Amino acid sequence: MTKVSMTVNGKAVSGEVEGRTLLSSFLREGLGMTGTHVGCDTSQCGACVVHVDGKPVKSCTVFASDVAGATVKTIEGMANADGSLSVLQQSFQDHHGLQCGFCTPGMVMSAAALLAENPRPTEHEVRHYLEGNICRCTGYHNIVKSVMAASGQDVSALAAE
Amino acid sequence: MHNFDFAKPSTIADAANALAGEGAQALSGGQTLIPTMKQRLAAPGVLVSLTGIAEMQGVCTGDGGLHIGAATSHAVVAKDAHPHYRALAELAGGIGDPAVRSRGTIGGSIANNDPAACYPSAVLASGATVVTNKRRIGSDDYFQGLFTTALEEGEFITSVVFPIPQKAAYVKFNQPASRFALTGVFVAKFANGVRVAVTGAGNDGVFRWKEAEAALSANFSASAISGLTVDPAGMNTDLHGSAAYRANLVKVLTGRAVTAAG
Amino acid sequence: MPKDHGIGASSKRREDIRFLTGRGVYTDDMALHAQAAAVFVRSNVAHGRIGKIDTTKASAMPGVLAIFTGEDFKDVGGNPAGWLINSRDGTPMREPKRPVLAHGKVRHVGDAYAAVIAETVAQAKDAAEQLAEDSVIEELPAIVDMKAAVADASNRVHDEIPDNVCFDWGWIEDNRAAVDAAMKAAPHVVTLNLVNNRLIPNAMEPRASIGEYNPGTGDYKLTTTSQNPHLTRLLVAAFVLGIPENKLTVVAPDVGGGFGSKIYHYGEEALVLAAAKKLGRPVRWTAERSESFLTDAHGRDHVTKIELGCTKDGEILAIRTETLANVGAYLSNFSTATPTFLHGTLMSGPYKVPHVYVNVKTVFTNTAPVDAYRGAGRPEATYSLERVIDQMCRELGLDPFEVRRKNLLTPDQFPYQSPVGLLYDTGNYQATLDKAVQMADVAGFEKRAAESKARGKLRGMGLSTWIEACGIAPSNLVGILGSRVGLFDAATVRVNATGNISVMVGAHSHGQGHETVFAQIVAEKLGIPESSVDIVHGDTSKIPFGMGSYGSRSLAVCGTAMTKAVDKIIAKGKKIAAHMLEAAEGDITFEDGKFSVSGTDKAKTFGEIAFSAYVPHNYPLETLEPGLEETAFYDPANFTYPAGAYICEVEVDEGTGKVEVVAFHCADDFGNVMNPMIVEGQVHGGVGQGIGQALLEFTTYDENGQLLTGSYMDYPMPRAEDVPFYNVDYSCQTPCTHNPLGVKGCGEAGAIGSPPAVVNAVIDALHRGGHTHVKHIDMPVSPSRVWSAING
Repeated sequence: MTKVSMTVNGKAVSGEVEGRTLLSSFLREGLGMTGTHVGCDTSQCGACVVHVDGKPVKSCTVFASDVAGATVKTIEGMANADGSLSVLQQSFQDHHGLQCGFCTPGMVMSAAALLAENPRPTEHEVRHYLEGNICRCTGYHNIVKSVMAASGQDVSALAAE
Repeated sequence: MHNFDFAKPSTIADAANALAGEGAQALSGGQTLIPTMKQRLAAPGVLVSLTGIAEMQGVCTGDGGLHIGAATSHAVVAKDAHPHYRALAELAGGIGDPAVRSRGTIGGSIANNDPAACYPSAVLASGATVVTNKRRIGSDDYFQGLFTTALEEGEFITSVVFPIPQKAAYVKFNQPASRFALTGVFVAKFANGVRVAVTGAGNDGVFRWKEAEAALSANFSASAISGLTVDPAGMNTDLHGSAAYRANLVKVLTGRAVTAAG
Repeated sequence: MPKDHGIGASSKRREDIRFLTGRGVYTDDMALHAQAAAVFVRSNVAHGRIGKIDTTKASAMPGVLAIFTGEDFKDVGGNPAGWLINSRDGTPMREPKRPVLAHGKVRHVGDAYAAVIAETVAQAKDAAEQLAEDSVIEELPAIVDMKAAVADASNRVHDEIPDNVCFDWGWIEDNRAAVDAAMKAAPHVVTLNLVNNRLIPNAMEPRASIGEYNPGTGDYKLTTTSQNPHLTRLLVAAFVLGIPENKLTVVAPDVGGGFGSKIYHYGEEALVLAAAKKLGRPVRWTAERSESFLTDAHGRDHVTKIELGCTKDGEILAIRTETLANVGAYLSNFSTATPTFLHGTLMSGPYKVPHVYVNVKTVFTNTAPVDAYRGAGRPEATYSLERVIDQMCRELGLDPFEVRRKNLLTPDQFPYQSPVGLLYDTGNYQATLDKAVQMADVAGFEKRAAESKARGKLRGMGLSTWIEACGIAPSNLVGILGSRVGLFDAATVRVNATGNISVMVGAHSHGQGHETVFAQIVAEKLGIPESSVDIVHGDTSKIPFGMGSYGSRSLAVCGTAMTKAVDKIIAKGKKIAAHMLEAAEGDITFEDGKFSVSGTDKAKTFGEIAFSAYVPHNYPLETLEPGLEETAFYDPANFTYPAGAYICEVEVDEGTGKVEVVAFHCADDFGNVMNPMIVEGQVHGGVGQGIGQALLEFTTYDENGQLLTGSYMDYPMPRAEDVPFYNVDYSCQTPCTHNPLGVKGCGEAGAIGSPPAVVNAVIDALHRGGHTHVKHIDMPVSPSRVWSAING
């Protein structure tokens, strides 16, 4: 076991880890932050996406030791300082961008990374960027809509409603 | 997965020392190695992370073309190579998904030489040079079959040098589940000829389609290859496509890559 | 103006707050003091005889607390099949025992034959690996292909079942001769051979279970990923482990999707309970995705020959189907109902067809159990019908829209007794078809096709008019049909002293949004804010005995129970109000949250009545109990019959064979709609899964029974890039006639109606492109299959 330290959602944290301890395990079991989900074992589903030094990363596919000293942001750190939902989170609620909620943390983290890179993505750009996040509930319609709406675009004409 | 000791050296020399030890294995972005370790199909005693080595990071132009540090992520290549070698940058920007591109590296991809990976086609079509901690290896000598390369024990890639073609494009047809290349074709036109490299399709990994190269060197247009056929005998068959289907894709995608290259 | 609260409003989902902030609590999110980890030792061969399992080395490994094998459970019950189906000759189905851990034989790759409990998952995995090495499994030839399974009596999944057939069912057997005669007499007969591809449900949350046991009280608790905690309790307690139900609490907390796969009781649930008792510590297990692929009940997997007899102008005269349906290695809880009463009874669809006969043979194979997956039997029926009708149109040169119009039931024909046993209460199938045609701008198709052609693509349009029977189910009817359980539901409405409300419901939400929608209904009926109503679900110690959520039943069945409980609250409130207002009970009306004396301005608010019920100072105690809490059980009088028309447009790339869905239009009739936003979301999700089945997903076992599509590297899940925006309409509403909300259910619709629309569109595109030799392509209509069909 070795000690690893990093900053998670603005707070300095540390814990004892093995070499094989994944960042997802460190967050969930080490820090009790269970908002980051693990939905597969082949690095495909994206439920575990967090930001490491501002970049989206599959936390199930990076060792905690390998990101020692990094700045990590998880779904628990996405709300506004007063606890209210951020624009992106609020957009997911407004546009029914989630159902069972399991893929949602990764979906929100990936979408946030997209909007940081590309503040007004097209439908195609949203769909392409979310290629590594699998959702089984929504058929993606309202996820794409939520992300586009969060970027300030008028989504009312995207489908009959 | 089995446990291991973790090391993260900050120089190439330290990494070389660490990798010389018993049971040591290099870890780059880990986007393939970590899932493999989860399945207990790989169980190194020591894992040596190469991502903390500054001299293996980044994209710059220099002697022989574009130099890319082996530990440079796909995301960085997609952005920083774009002004210099757009087709390569676009290839990097289409690997996996954004989270994979944040971590996965060019060196890791080329060292692994997955037969469906994108990068090997760019390296081979560009006639790039693979630079290791020990030597420089030409792309035609580097790739030696499925998951097999010229790398020796303890040897690791430090950078890749890409000659920059006049025109180039990569067209990838996704395997529908993994999103690796079911078939991907990289076409690069240089002053002295055209190189065409195909990934995903061949049953011995990435390969050059020499007939197409000859035809395209004479006439760089999609119509130049319309009379050619690809022999399915050398192609791979799996759940997602037969050899005949892949042979077709090689031709169709080559034509589309030529058109895309302009 | 659309409503902003109550019934019919698109109220935002309250559950989203916790899910969007990482505060949901799924089973694997719970950490318990002194918890131990279970890891299962799973067969890596499809079929084998279990020899010696030597636990010596594994037991001695670090952290190992206990090891279980099939021997430990040989005296407890098996996991039962929920429906008894009789064969055509009247004999009951063959029903082999499904043990907690495999005993004697392993029957599919992933079949668990032992379990290791250790301090940590890693330690348990290490020991499980050792135990696998120390176990002798004598490999037997695998039985994978259904036709071969039936043909080869020498090789048996279950030694006592000679031909690997569970049952050979005819529906309706007495009509068989008449159907045969009608088919023979038909001027034209269309035949299609279809494979309804095997799917793996892939709820994004893998299954997980935590067992707890208190030696001081003898109480057990199972926290598990279930769509129906009471049903799970009944199965694991009464049928498998023999625990009195009152000593077991089952909690299904936040559950990350189900789609059918979490209806069923699985052996892992029994194991963690038994292990918790043995160790006196909580024992937890969470599936890795690879385990989910191998062991979650799969869906579909039918091989069908369908024949349709018709006139030359497209009037359907008779339909006859022969199906082989895979049940896998063991009978999962609903597996015998899915290919029979959820399938054969839908084989006349929304059409007036005089003669229908359905034959289904279910076959055991050395593969994972197959059971209900979103739609469950109804997608298979719809696919067969809608494909064969399209083929009829092609063979006879008829317009697929006109042919459907000709054969659809008309509004004046309801209630309609179908030839396959269902009584459709209401519908207007022309209206949804007209709506879909309008939405899809069918008239503008040729122009769009020309634009596609200019871009080098073939464009095609496909139609599907579908119906389902859901709101499962009238207990007396399903009892006659072989169900071993009732399919009522229940709700308790507890009005608290200060007027806010807790509603305990038997339905379970694993994505559907019950916490929001059910509260809308209660709030509307009681004239109070939605925020004053909380919905409690998923905990058998809190909720009444309900049957959970599947078969698009939550609102139609549990919602009705809840409505009836609310009615009881209002009735009691009137009595209290009559007393307080010194009026006759018959003169009290309840409206907008107020109990009033008719024709006067005398009134009491709902809150005042609630307070009086709990502080009964001025209260008719001699005739009325204090308190304001009511429970209602509801057993539906009939199934509900949602229906609709779906139109899909695709573009086909002839060079690669790739199909892109470029437009998808849904005109559905769900009866009354409680929350449009959520209904749309359900349709989106269903259509997304339907497009997945049609274009992407497949499950392949090799000849040795190894699952080749066992991870997301090979099982193609639909991604955001694979689907379009969907155009959804639900304005055609013929309310259900037999439940008070007039609701029909919307959860499965998309997955039922969409696959044939997609495949019909692809075939249309290929024909328009001159590839007229292509009669049919089996799902998934993958690029390689399309290319091979074009070039075949």
